[in-house]
Amino acid sequence: MAIDIKQLLPVFFEESFEALENMERDLLALEPGAPDDEAINAIFRAAHSIKGSSGTFGFAVVSEYTHVLETLLDLIRDGKRGISAADVDALLESVDVLREMLQAVQDDQPVDAARTGASMKRLEGLLAADPGTAARPTAPTAAVADAPAGPSNDPAIEGWRIVFKPHPHLLRTGNEPLRLIRELADLGPCEVVCDIAELPALDSLDAEEVFLSWVLHLRAPVERALIDDVFAWVEDDCDFAIVALVSESAAEPSPGELSPPPEATPVAAVPSAPAVSAEPAEAAPRERRAASTDAGSIRVAIDKIDDLINKVGELVITQSMLGQFRDGFDASQLTRLQDGLAQLERNTRELQESVMQIRMLPISFSFNRFPRLVRDLCQKLGKQVELKMTGEHTELDKTVLEKIGDPLVHLVRNALDHGLELPEVRAAAGKPEAGLLHLDARHQGGNIVIEVRDDGAGLNRDRILKRAIERGLVGESDLLTDDQVNHLIFAPGFSTAESVSDVSGRGVGMDVVRRNIEEVGGSVEVRSRQGHGSTITIRLPLTLAILDGQLVRVGREVYVVPIVSILESLQVRSSSVSAVAGRTELYKLRDDYVPIVRLDALFGVRGDSQRLEEGLLVMVEGDGAKAGLFVDELLSQQQVVIKSLETNFRRVPGLSGATILGDGTVAMILDVAALVRRARPQGAPSAEPMAA
Amino acid sequence: MSKQAALSRGGNPRGVARQYLTFRIDDEEYGVDILRVQEIRGFGDVTPMPDAPGHVLGVINLRGVIVPVVDLRVRLGIAAVEPGPTTVVIVVQVPHEGADVTVGLVVDAVSDVRDVSGEAFRKAPSIGSRGGDRCVEGLAEDGERLVILLDVQRVVAWSVLGLEPGML
Repeated sequence: MAIDIKQLLPVFFEESFEALENMERDLLALEPGAPDDEAINAIFRAAHSIKGSSGTFGFAVVSEYTHVLETLLDLIRDGKRGISAADVDALLESVDVLREMLQAVQDDQPVDAARTGASMKRLEGLLAADPGTAARPTAPTAAVADAPAGPSNDPAIEGWRIVFKPHPHLLRTGNEPLRLIRELADLGPCEVVCDIAELPALDSLDAEEVFLSWVLHLRAPVERALIDDVFAWVEDDCDFAIVALVSESAAEPSPGELSPPPEATPVAAVPSAPAVSAEPAEAAPRERRAASTDAGSIRVAIDKIDDLINKVGELVITQSMLGQFRDGFDASQLTRLQDGLAQLERNTRELQESVMQIRMLPISFSFNRFPRLVRDLCQKLGKQVELKMTGEHTELDKTVLEKIGDPLVHLVRNALDHGLELPEVRAAAGKPEAGLLHLDARHQGGNIVIEVRDDGAGLNRDRILKRAIERGLVGESDLLTDDQVNHLIFAPGFSTAESVSDVSGRGVGMDVVRRNIEEVGGSVEVRSRQGHGSTITIRLPLTLAILDGQLVRVGREVYVVPIVSILESLQVRSSSVSAVAGRTELYKLRDDYVPIVRLDALFGVRGDSQRLEEGLLVMVEGDGAKAGLFVDELLSQQQVVIKSLETNFRRVPGLSGATILGDGTVAMILDVAALVRRARPQGAPSAEPMAA
Repeated sequence: MSKQAALSRGGNPRGVARQYLTFRIDDEEYGVDILRVQEIRGFGDVTPMPDAPGHVLGVINLRGVIVPVVDLRVRLGIAAVEPGPTTVVIVVQVPHEGADVTVGLVVDAVSDVRDVSGEAFRKAPSIGSRGGDRCVEGLAEDGERLVILLDVQRVVAWSVLGLEPGML
């Protein structure tokens, strides 16, 4: 029966981080002054379960800290104190502290005692400020002697007599009587008498049932609510009675009597207790899982799994149908064979889609962290911002989701720091004092589009231009359109922040954002109107595992060009080709000059012909610029499965991966953005400020 | 397989007999620890890689996994030859940074599996510090001939991971 408790540790951490995530969300939703009972209960539950389970695993620091937090929450829950904005701040801080603590425990690192202590002091300070609870013992290990003032409402009470008789099935609900008793013992000196009267003979003993019951004398004038809390999780699974021990107590009820005397209220009388047990199942829906963790596991909705099983079932049926042809085949069965193959194709495609679905997670995983971030930053910067999020349920691949997290944080920080103005400035400009920051996600074709929109000052053309000229990104005489200027913010090492703040403006800014996004095959663009705000649009592929590709041939080699980046393919008129400085060839495409990339020369393979007129140019766009890839022939278009080159080799510049074609050979997938960058004439910025 | 394993008195670093897969490049006989060998394949179509060093012939599809293929001749500084009927790819697997890296080594022909006892193991003479020399784990006497035993991990690190073998 012995279970190695260590095995459960990952679950503990996952659940605790999830509980913290929920706490944070509920705290942010709290209206100071008028707390919503449901929300307070939810927050309390989260804290309580962290306390309970960290105690079980022996993380005393965590459970001690949580105990203080819980005490404060309990008062709020019971309506004994209101909740102020300062309380919310303190509670949010405690969420951070707890998260750090758990992280430290998980990594086997020492807990930052100074920070924990400071935060604990702060919470205790809040508790102390409340007259009713001033001397309440604050940590479970604190002996009751620390609280001589007897904070209980009735000064005559000097302890409690508790009769605790678990129902036989208590263990199956995951509760452990011993833990409850220990928790009681933490409240003060405790005498425990165990009643073994119902213990059956050994041969008829069922080890999974409880036959014992206990009578406890808690010799400490603690509040009734604290004791109720201990039993909060088991109240449906046991009989118990709590009787106050009055000073010259002669009124002790006879032992074994379970029904409490009339003046002692059963635990259910605590007003919020029913709510606690009413909806534990709803407490942590799947989607609310920790947003930021890079955990190697994902939770999958059961219906997705069922769907997958159905698809596999169909595949098996198709397989057995096709298997019949093994025993002999003649021309009369041809139609049936064709049907079977068509069915197989459909099954395969559906199965593929279902499998992809499993990796899909709603973008709310990434959006979840922003309410907190925006709130903290607003406080720091003295700004008022309303955060609006739409389309949080849009799903995308887990890998893409992970990669997009940091760039999004960066964009939001930027919008708050540089984009949105201070309330006075906004008022002066005739805008509402509170700025609007809108995060929007939606599907568009095979892509997901994420927009970060603010109604702030917009990009400052003059300042960007000045900086770009300083940095030598553009010449002073270059004529740039507004769009081209705006895109300069994505150039490496570009940052216009006058002073480096700790919010943003470290100079590793938008270029990193762009690079991260392009690494996952996405693109980013910015639109801005001075005085009216700016919008940054990120376009991402839904998945990194499969790509719509155009197969092209260069000599004997086949390469895959992602279809999303292809603009058009054309035959070359030699009159339109000109060479710059004898090196880079440019193709005049309507009003644009597009550099030509000779794949054969670049990749060191022998093409059919060196003459541009005999091949084709595939016009591609990436990294905000265009290039023409010179190939011998266009082959088919097909979906290809992306295989990593890095697993066994290393990253190869110009390639984003490889794939396996129908005939089993390997084909390289071109990294269009890198090719375009390489083709760009030296010294020109990304926005190609060429004479229009 | 004539010589049975005998515990060594020094020499072989592990002190016990180990099995080596031996192969030929020109007239020399080389050996690699057989526990590192995943399989041996005929030499087939290799997809060349852009910007790859000369000894990396390209990549192959090994049941859905992309595996780089190294021409061991070129890597060891021996002139390349056209692949012949006995040319094979020895697929080896070595641990690297917590994961297994799979690489194909192209050799002229495989020969045998030999036990190399501690007695037969000779430390490699220090003939130089170039990459190729550092990849030599030792020598094994086989009658008149010497078999050059290669340290697969170093060969792989040096050939495809871009590390100097001395850095391991």
